[in-house]
Amino acid sequence: MSTKGWGPVVGLEVHCELKTVTKLFCGCRNAFGDEPNTNICPVCLGLPGSLPVLNVKAVEMAMAIGNALHCEIRPSLFHRKNYFYPDMPKDYQISQYDEPINVNGWLELPDGQRVGIVRAHLEEDTGKTSHMGGGGRIHDADHALVDYNRAGVPLVEIVSAPDIYSAVQARRYVEELRAILMAIRASDGRMEEGSLRVDANVSVRADRTDELGTRCEIKNVNSLRSLARAIEYETERQVALLESGEPVLQQTRHWDEEAQKTVALRSKEEAFDYRYFPEPDLVPVAPDPEWQHEVAVSLPSMPAERRVKLTELLGARGPTAAQVDQIATVVALGLDMLVVEAVSSGIDAPLALARTANEAAADADRAREVDPAAYAALLRMEQEGKLTPTQAKAVLAETLESGGHPADIARRQGFEALGADTVAAAVAEVVSAHPGEWERYCQGEDKLVGFFTGLVMQATDKRANGKEVAAELCRLRG
Amino acid sequence: MSASELAERVRRGETSATDVLEQYLAAIDECDSELHSFLTVLGDSARSEAREIDRRLSAGEDPGPLAGVPVAVKDNLCTRGMSTTCGSHILEGWLPPYDATVVERLRAAGAVVVGKTNLDEFAMGSSTENSAYGPTHNPHDPRRVPGGSSGGSAAAVAAGLVPLALGSDTGGSIRQPAAFCGVVGLKPTYGMVSRYGLVAFASSLDQVGPLARTVADAAILFDVIGGHDPRDSTSLERPNPLALTRLEEGVDGMRVGVVAELLDGADASVVGRVHETAEVLAAAGASVEECSVPEVSYALPAYYLLAPAEASSNLARYDGVRYGLRVNAPSAESMNGATRAAGFGSEVKRRIMLGTYALSAGYYDAYYGQAQKVRTLIIRAFARVYERVDVLLGATTPTTAFELGSKVDDPLSMYLSDVCTVPTNLAGHPAISVPFGVDDLGLPVGVQLLAPALGEMSMFQAAAVIESAAPAAVLPQICATTIGGSRTSARGER
Repeated sequence: MSTKGWGPVVGLEVHCELKTVTKLFCGCRNAFGDEPNTNICPVCLGLPGSLPVLNVKAVEMAMAIGNALHCEIRPSLFHRKNYFYPDMPKDYQISQYDEPINVNGWLELPDGQRVGIVRAHLEEDTGKTSHMGGGGRIHDADHALVDYNRAGVPLVEIVSAPDIYSAVQARRYVEELRAILMAIRASDGRMEEGSLRVDANVSVRADRTDELGTRCEIKNVNSLRSLARAIEYETERQVALLESGEPVLQQTRHWDEEAQKTVALRSKEEAFDYRYFPEPDLVPVAPDPEWQHEVAVSLPSMPAERRVKLTELLGARGPTAAQVDQIATVVALGLDMLVVEAVSSGIDAPLALARTANEAAADADRAREVDPAAYAALLRMEQEGKLTPTQAKAVLAETLESGGHPADIARRQGFEALGADTVAAAVAEVVSAHPGEWERYCQGEDKLVGFFTGLVMQATDKRANGKEVAAELCRLRG
Repeated sequence: MSASELAERVRRGETSATDVLEQYLAAIDECDSELHSFLTVLGDSARSEAREIDRRLSAGEDPGPLAGVPVAVKDNLCTRGMSTTCGSHILEGWLPPYDATVVERLRAAGAVVVGKTNLDEFAMGSSTENSAYGPTHNPHDPRRVPGGSSGGSAAAVAAGLVPLALGSDTGGSIRQPAAFCGVVGLKPTYGMVSRYGLVAFASSLDQVGPLARTVADAAILFDVIGGHDPRDSTSLERPNPLALTRLEEGVDGMRVGVVAELLDGADASVVGRVHETAEVLAAAGASVEECSVPEVSYALPAYYLLAPAEASSNLARYDGVRYGLRVNAPSAESMNGATRAAGFGSEVKRRIMLGTYALSAGYYDAYYGQAQKVRTLIIRAFARVYERVDVLLGATTPTTAFELGSKVDDPLSMYLSDVCTVPTNLAGHPAISVPFGVDDLGLPVGVQLLAPALGEMSMFQAAAVIESAAPAAVLPQICATTIGGSRTSARGER
């Protein structure tokens, strides 16, 4: 259906699991994917008599996030958020309520638009329930298993202002936020593992009005794609209601990935009364100016800054539209070092950027581990014509896969570049076999370079370098 | 014999930890069926702990200041692999996988943990009648309550079944039973003793403390369990206390205030005993004055909002999912409900409901918020009076031990027995109850000394002076002939 004349207003709540070594209130390992219920102790199991002790590193990471998001960092307090849930060991969550550590910041999207950050506060994660038997869903399961490895993992909840006006912008916001969180090593950015989780508050309003409509909170959005889809779906749903004269009810709704729609979970009236009160087992956190300064100065450079740096590598001509996208990708995936090192060792910036944004990005986790010098060596082989682009891509894939040196891999794969003599001989052969085309080429029909190059490639099993072939043709023409 | 004498004799080899333990185990065996001060007697583990003490002694090591001293531990303190019920059915059969910090410190000082004592369920009560496992009786008169919630610890110490015991005090739960049973009970400054492993009732008020037969013994036990614990964020970064070393310094020049509000409504015999102790202190060189802290009259209502509010949250975890009782039902939610309905007693349920209400949206400011303001007022009021005096003196309880069953159906009158003790908890200050004579019925009377935060030292000094002038201690009816008097010292010969 059409949503013409209407637009969504979106605020996002992003839960980011912090990559601390240990949990927020105990010394248990903070690790994803371990054997269930192995990283547990009396504290994170909420056993009677156990008490929380705050992890200073988590506070530091929260402060780093606050800094990166231009927040005001303030003395803060933990509260208890009381509600019953089987995977929450104490049946209350320790969270920050009306005195969060970070408030009033902003995040700038790559297009320059600023999204306000209302707050970014610390809290603990819950355990994880698996519903067993039946269809594996809550309602027809015959029992449930709970893994408490995740219970007590530190989270920072980042709440944006309702400054986002489209599904695309929402996606950009999360991408940029993820890049920032990864840059400061607060997060591994893995939405699919749940280390970044997004809830979207969506309302709609008629174009050219400023009044906010009634919002719905959309939960269970597990990927950037689902986020965009959920916002689009919710926008359509709310517009349809309003156009048929019905009100939008304030609700918490669940994104059903399979059905690709949102389903009502509970209404405003059914909302929990969390009975927040100050956590008596913890003392207030008041980072002193020295500590705040230490955290601020140890902050690495932010994605926006890094994009500028990569853009500068392209020189006066500036980036093409495609290169803008390539730069965004490289920064989002944290692969800038590969480009910077390659260019500083003499590789052309467009080549370094293209290979990194296209090929290296496809296997970003491994690419981040690759030795930048070896990576530059590979690009040099391509740039100097020792490898064709096709060969270079194959060698890169193998380098990422096996971790060997590109030169060795190229040799092993038989990608030895043809010597100048062999190329010249192949060109001469092709020229003499097509005298008509040669004649036209000599009279200035330059596009025939492609024709000859193709034939030389065929003849040499694609081992010749296109640039060298072109140069030889040019030389023969005189 | 005092705990320090006992430890001294064990360290000198005049008796063994094992012999000492066997005497106490025999006394428990003989008397506790009538008293019901213990929920669990740890015969086997205590024997092996005692043997270890003896082994270390024979190897020339010093096991510590409580070498071979049997100590009873309130059953809301976690003991690894040993039943810890909190006097509730909901924790029946639960074996904690860890020891409370205070239990670790007891063992590190050479003490032998001899058993777990009875209490009001989750420490909620003033008579130990709210225990799911039946009440404890007062050794001075088995028809009467021992007080609560640390009634089991107080009764066991009073009857001589252990020389020392640990209790916990949220609104008077150490001092009130100490007064009812005629023993010494200390509620330390909030943060002086680790709460790690103390099953929480009201976290901002709870504090572990000693029950003992003498002020000196209470001081030794306080010295052993006190001091910073990194596992408790509210633990003060203070060096370990050394109360014992300065116990005999007297009260010359000490300024003592007798608090009118801590005598209001108290029995005449109790008031009389407090005035006698004031005279004792004055005679020993203290300057005594009457003083008034009117704000303390708001302490009880504030306490009965704050403590239940925290309790409603602290007790949420007993949901049948991970440990303790589970009553099966079709859904997680109905299982939670059925488990809690079956596992908690009526006083616990009453306080969970009170606390849930006090924290609810729309009521928070009027109840929880207002009570916090009262708490601040009380702290300020004490600060004002402590500009003029060093310690305060008053009754521990308005009455002496009442009869079993006399208040169980009237929660408000039960709550009133905490009226003199709760102000201290709200302020986070220390207070001690010292036995001083008896009332007309021959029941023990406790007088209470209060001090500002970290003022334990002067409080102990005043308590020692009071103790030295107290009328001869009355022997309990139950176990009056067991260990404790000269009979123990006569047994050193074997």
